[in-house]
Amino acid sequence: MRKISRLGYEARLGWSLVAPALSVIALIAIFPLGWTVWESLHLHELRMPWLGQPFVGLANYVEIAKDPRFWAALAHTAFFTVVSISLELLIGLFLALAMNRAFRGRGFVRAAVLVPWAIPTVVAALLWRFIFESQGGIANALLVDVHVLKEPMVWFIETSTAWVPVILADVWKTTPFVALLLLAGLQNIDLSLYEAAAVDGANAWWQLRHITLPLLKPAILVTLIFRTLDGFRVFDLIYVLTGGGPGTSTEPVALYTFNALLQNLRFGYGSALSVVIFAITFGLALLYVRGLGVRLGGEET
Amino acid sequence: MTSVAAPPRPRRRTAGISWGAWLFGAALVVLILFTLFPFYWAIVASLTPDAALFRDPSLWPQQIILDHYRALFGERDFITPIRNSLIVAGTTTVFCLFVGTLAAYALARLEFKGKPLIMGFILAVTMFPQISIVSPLYLLLRSLHLIDTYPGLIMPYMTFAMPLTVWVLTGSIRQIPKDLEEAAHVDGATRRQSFTKILLPLAVPSLATTGILTFIYCWNEFLFALSFTLGPERQTVPVAIALFRGMYQVPWGEILAAAIVATAPVAALVLIFQRRIVQGLTAGAVKG
Repeated sequence: MRKISRLGYEARLGWSLVAPALSVIALIAIFPLGWTVWESLHLHELRMPWLGQPFVGLANYVEIAKDPRFWAALAHTAFFTVVSISLELLIGLFLALAMNRAFRGRGFVRAAVLVPWAIPTVVAALLWRFIFESQGGIANALLVDVHVLKEPMVWFIETSTAWVPVILADVWKTTPFVALLLLAGLQNIDLSLYEAAAVDGANAWWQLRHITLPLLKPAILVTLIFRTLDGFRVFDLIYVLTGGGPGTSTEPVALYTFNALLQNLRFGYGSALSVVIFAITFGLALLYVRGLGVRLGGEET
Repeated sequence: MTSVAAPPRPRRRTAGISWGAWLFGAALVVLILFTLFPFYWAIVASLTPDAALFRDPSLWPQQIILDHYRALFGERDFITPIRNSLIVAGTTTVFCLFVGTLAAYALARLEFKGKPLIMGFILAVTMFPQISIVSPLYLLLRSLHLIDTYPGLIMPYMTFAMPLTVWVLTGSIRQIPKDLEEAAHVDGATRRQSFTKILLPLAVPSLATTGILTFIYCWNEFLFALSFTLGPERQTVPVAIALFRGMYQVPWGEILAAAIVATAPVAALVLIFQRRIVQGLTAGAVKG
């Protein structure tokens, strides 16, 4: 009896302590999400208030399905996400393996790589924009010096070359985060496994493939989730670096939605785009969690 | 945690420094240079006259001037966005820490049904695409006349700051041993006493780390600040820098000076609290 009442007391106390935080989150995140869905079913042009806000059913979604600029934006987002995350995982894994060893200056390396992660994305984008800006910029000068380029080029005028600074900037900014998540995973691996393998004469490459990578799988998957979802909502970086240009050829879905909402003031259509982005992100997260069997932390084991 | 030894590598001990080690070192040096170069280059450029910026750039500064920094705090009034950012990020962080500590304590220390569900919910909200709530928040703030005000930024910032604070703080408090609190309970202390007298003092470092992380996220935020402000009066640092315009050309010297100023406090926090930040970030995110 006493145990039950103690549990009842803990439950009541627990919920009452969690309640303020949960209600803040519900009020400012969940309630607006419902509102977005409601908006998306209406025609709502802030520029044309005389139209009112009539219910239009799924008309906005039908428009999205037929909107080539949306599909292009989706393709840009997917391209950006896949390319930058692949690079980040590769370099991040290398960095994590490096930081997991003891060597002189390890603390310095860890601090140095953490700084790009911590600065505003807008600043990171501007630093890289400046490096690639104009034919007289440093990127051109260096690339001509080492004979990669014959003559300076204008990076932001063509789609294929405009992606280079965008992806470089993202890799530069986010690889540290990836490396840290992977490093945390590495530090959970039992060292005696390596000792046993070494006794059996296994070389470093064999150990990496048969011990490190399989045991690192959970950390890699968690990193993949975080980064995929981040990639799909990329906004700041491209807003500053290319503005979605040239034309709209590097425009990601978040930027397209932002333009529909706050440039064109099409709140019905923009909200429908928001719902689509949310659904895609949610679907991806679910896919990772269910399909790949990722277990996210939180519950005590 | 710091003394994790390298996995033993057989058959190489006698060969002195192996090829692998050389390659590893070289790759690491390249990575570090890649990481530091943009900062170095921005510092050099922020000290260079605009006219010389794109004319035959040299890796070493040719001439050092402070004009850009002077212009930044003179005619450009960069103090205003800094003040705005400090107010918005600071208020959000303090409020989130206050409310978040209660929640984190419950989630880390109390046993009750629905806890995994709450944790899952909070994690889900941290993964929310911000853009998906811009439209209702805009309409809501507009109808409350809060567009272009501090509360009009602080409220939206809670959407990501609150779940982040609760999540990191819960992970961090879980790592504090329970023994002292349990001993106090045996001696008849109430939950309130063990919380305020024992856990809270022990949790000061956790609170500091979480506060720093939350502050950095708020300081760096761009989409909400861009959407919910109208002019320089209430713009935060990232928005102000991104929208820098000159009369005839892009004022790169000033932009980079501003970038350095905006980066310096965050970089300093990271360099000082590096180890704690890493622990805070990865606590709860990855488990074995």
